[in-house]
Amino acid sequence: MALSTASNFAKPDDAFRAIVEAHRGLSDEQSADLDAALVLVLANHIGDIAVLHEAIALAKRRMLDASQQQQQQQ
Amino acid sequence: MAQTKTQFGYRRHPDQDRAAAEIAEHAVVVVGAGPVGLSLAIDLAQRGQAVVLLDDADRIGEGSRAICFSKRSLEFWDRLGIGQRMVDKGVVWSVGKIFHGEQQLYQFNLLPEEGHKRPAFINLQQFYAEAYLVDRVGELPAIDLRWRNKVTGLEPRNDSVLLTIQTPDGPYRLNAQYVIACDGARSSLRQMVGAEFSGQVFEDQFLIADVKMTAAFPTERWFWFDPPFHAGRSALLHKQPDDIWRIDLQLNRFADPALEKLPENVRPRIARMLGHDKFDFEWISLYKFQCRRMNRFIHGRVIFAGDAAHQVSPFGARGANSGLEDAENLAWKLDRVLRGTSPEALLESYHTERSAAADENIRESTRSTDFMAPNSHQEARLRKAVLSLAKETEFGKRMVNGGRLSTPSVYATPLSTADGDSWRGGAQPGASMPDAPVAGPGGEPMFLTEAFIGAGTRFTLLEFGNGAAPELPEEVAAIRIGGKDGLVDSAGLAASRYDAEPGTAYLLRPDGYVAARFRHPTREGLDAALARAAGHN
Repeated sequence: MALSTASNFAKPDDAFRAIVEAHRGLSDEQSADLDAALVLVLANHIGDIAVLHEAIALAKRRMLDASQQQQQQQ
Repeated sequence: MAQTKTQFGYRRHPDQDRAAAEIAEHAVVVVGAGPVGLSLAIDLAQRGQAVVLLDDADRIGEGSRAICFSKRSLEFWDRLGIGQRMVDKGVVWSVGKIFHGEQQLYQFNLLPEEGHKRPAFINLQQFYAEAYLVDRVGELPAIDLRWRNKVTGLEPRNDSVLLTIQTPDGPYRLNAQYVIACDGARSSLRQMVGAEFSGQVFEDQFLIADVKMTAAFPTERWFWFDPPFHAGRSALLHKQPDDIWRIDLQLNRFADPALEKLPENVRPRIARMLGHDKFDFEWISLYKFQCRRMNRFIHGRVIFAGDAAHQVSPFGARGANSGLEDAENLAWKLDRVLRGTSPEALLESYHTERSAAADENIRESTRSTDFMAPNSHQEARLRKAVLSLAKETEFGKRMVNGGRLSTPSVYATPLSTADGDSWRGGAQPGASMPDAPVAGPGGEPMFLTEAFIGAGTRFTLLEFGNGAAPELPEEVAAIRIGGKDGLVDSAGLAASRYDAEPGTAYLLRPDGYVAARFRHPTREGLDAALARAAGHN
């Protein structure tokens, strides 16, 4: 199974909103704790190490792109 | 209790009186009489090789050091004739419990099923294991054990190695076809061959205390994250024979070793853990550790085994046990090469199989160590999430890593013959033979591992009877289950653990690993598998 990057939620805004609201009122530290737990719960639900690696690679690529843009601006 | 002999005398050997032009020649010299060197020497001797075993000390080391010996190690020691003595003295265990704070997160059973001769683990102080091995060496005239013989020089020759050895009577030299270096983590032979030994250094410090007390704790491995008696760190409690308890406490990276080791500083910590002060110290040691291995376990005719070749963190009982697996892996191969029944290339499979096992052990123990001592705030955060999820989810419990205990590797090796038939389970080629209870022809209960020893611990065909026995290559022994005069698989466990149907056969290597398996073996198939497993391809 490959990582799905198609839009899987019928209402994507509901999903985004649910995550945003979960962080409402939390300090940065608490938010980071919440994210850590959430990542582990979701990773286990996916239960496929290849998909997890792909997801990590995709997420990391975003960070790489961002830092390259920053360098170009400098 | 019989007093165990731990002090041995130096004795001058006639080799030392030889003229420089008549240096003694030996087939195998094993350097280091620790658990690995002693076990290797015994295995070689039982296979008919004469072994010179050198040790630079004249006594067995102090302190418990290694304490957990695995089922696989016990099965090896059974083949060496000393398994029962180890088990009789040792503390048998298979259950581990993991706590977080005051709460038990989960427990695991490393051998939840019946029908194995040996338990998942015994705990036994290393000095007992060494003493029993030395006793066994004393029964084998083929082993020439020389105390206070320190190798100080090593000179590779074309077909041998010239060793210079220092003794209380001065130096002498001898020539060996093969030198096996089992001289521990600080191996001087490793330095003499100029081998690199690099890896990951862990900064965290751990305190080991062996304390003597009578206590009613069960014989289980207890591991705490953030216990009330040692806030923010980890702790381990484990029982040994003689009312000795192993306690392992994680300290911070900047703790002063000299100060932390003082009994007056250790005592309050332990008292907090136990809730009382009624104990005596047997041994206190503070350590840091590294995970590393040699690039090559074979340097010409010098072959490295045990801690000399690889080191892991202590969490997971992978140090001594992996060294013993090295010994059982090397002994039969070296024996065959010395006899000329296998080419020297067979030895290369020792490096292939055991360096992959070392990588696996290093990976597992590094993961455990990183879980216990996170390297960054985010790692600590992820661990905190796992520990809290473990309270209410099964997956969280499985992610908690308080040490993953040693299991034998499954070798991806050129000695194996790939499966040609279809299997739903059983032991794949490269795996160690599963044990199972069977009954002898007269109904006497026994185990498959015992039948393997009875057949001579050589290449052995384990067959599940189906009419006439297959014709075997000359050197292959046979264990037959079912049929006329065969062993009786009364509980059906042999058949289920080997995924066997009538006609199924497993070709076992002399170290009890599976070389090949067949639904219906043919003579051609067996010949080819045997040739491959003996290193002829």
